[in-house]
Amino acid sequence: MSFFLQFMIDVLSLGGAYALMALGLVIVYGILRLVNFAYGELIMVAGYTMYLTSGSGLPWLVMAAVAVLMAVVAGVATDYIAFRPVRAKSVTAVLITSFAFSTLLQNAALLFISPRPRNVPLPEIFSETVQFAGVITPARNLITIAAAVVMLVLFSWLMRRTVLGIAMRAAATNFTMARMLGVPANLIISSAFAISGLLAGVVSMLWIGRIGAVVPGIGLEPLLIAFIATVIGGMRSLQGAVLGGFLLAFMDTTLNFTLPQDLLKFRDAFTFSLVILILLWRPQGLIKGPASGQRT
Amino acid sequence: MLEVAGLQVAYGAIRAVRDVSLTLAEGELVTLLGANGAGKSSTLMCVAGALPAAAGSIRLEGKDVTSARPETMARRGVATVPETRDVFPDLTVDENLQLGAYTRRSDTQGIAEDRARMFEMFPVLAERYGQAAGTLSGGEQQMLVIARAMMSRPRILLLDEPSLGLAPTIVDQIFEMIAKLKSSGLTILLVEQNASKALAVADRAYVMRLGKIEAEGKAAEIAAATDFKALYLAG
Repeated sequence: MSFFLQFMIDVLSLGGAYALMALGLVIVYGILRLVNFAYGELIMVAGYTMYLTSGSGLPWLVMAAVAVLMAVVAGVATDYIAFRPVRAKSVTAVLITSFAFSTLLQNAALLFISPRPRNVPLPEIFSETVQFAGVITPARNLITIAAAVVMLVLFSWLMRRTVLGIAMRAAATNFTMARMLGVPANLIISSAFAISGLLAGVVSMLWIGRIGAVVPGIGLEPLLIAFIATVIGGMRSLQGAVLGGFLLAFMDTTLNFTLPQDLLKFRDAFTFSLVILILLWRPQGLIKGPASGQRT
Repeated sequence: MLEVAGLQVAYGAIRAVRDVSLTLAEGELVTLLGANGAGKSSTLMCVAGALPAAAGSIRLEGKDVTSARPETMARRGVATVPETRDVFPDLTVDENLQLGAYTRRSDTQGIAEDRARMFEMFPVLAERYGQAAGTLSGGEQQMLVIARAMMSRPRILLLDEPSLGLAPTIVDQIFEMIAKLKSSGLTILLVEQNASKALAVADRAYVMRLGKIEAEGKAAEIAAATDFKALYLAG
């Protein structure tokens, strides 16, 4: 029983983080049909904001809020700098500008801060462990689960109960029709980037909570995870992204528990083999998402 | 109210609309007829702002709105019902209607009234208001799209082939509805292939062929003077 509980906590905390990462990527993809390759850098921006404000003596929660806000700002900036000027022209151009923006941000971090890891302040609770029902687990796992639940509830409320959310879902299926109803394209796209930034900011706090430091390349792994989770779950479906995140975490955790010690370093190879099997079985991902839609 | 002059619409090198001029007076129902590929839908989508004009001008209440964005046209009171019957399939009927009122979203009371009015006009939508729009039948989707367009309280309604692919009884219902909307004073531009039905409700008509206006006049005159068989079959 306690083993099962331990396993569930591991899956849910890892899966919660993965699901938020995937959701941040897919919210933009769903509307623009373009992968934002600068997504990982939003996580980096939040991380470095934490590092830069660490000397300020502000309470941790305030610093975290500032960091998340910076990720939102960086998200909207991605739209204005990398996407909007070339959006109407060509898909290839946007692909390249989003890579360029990603490289630019990473190099700015290398140049102006440091290529070496920088410590990020963490509240004590992140390093404490909790013991209950025969399970010992780091408190940050429970925090991650709680944060994921809060964010997912907030996100689903936004998408289902607000006019903006409904308009974003509509724009994901048929952007032109949504515009013909008076929904401004720029508002929808900027909102998608802002939400993407918000999710990246929260993910950053949770992710850095595991590592305790920030490096310029910190966004790469979350971007990869988000990408795989959305591919498994279905690139176009918000529910699919969440499902894909939890499924990926389930695979990772199961392998962590079952693989013998000397195979553990090949865990990703096993995970990706499973991903390939899933895609052979369901090439569009587990959830297909809205029926049609043209890119704009 | 709406004046289109010398309009051209091109898809790459292909000019779908070569020279279209038409006017629409307040409260008038004008129909644009013609065979498949005559450029009717392109003309309508260009007026809606969904396609850019290659040449010519579109004026709405005296203001130039040539190649305006679709969201701008919607805000100016133009509601569009495209031929593809674009319901948002994974949104509920209710959410679809709610989006129709996007341009006046702060007017919650008015929206609630209009929604009640639409449910009265289309009882089948009331039955299915919580259902995903993609699960509706073709006729129900057509009603939903028209109801959604009406939720914005438009000044001009652009209707693209509302009878396309629907059962004859449903087509009759849709045309009854169009007549009702017209009698409420709404200005309507109706693109249709079903010429006899369209001419029965319209005040005036334009006939398009190969991207150009070939004939125009009072609906009754056009009905008497135009050989539609030749028009449709001779391309």
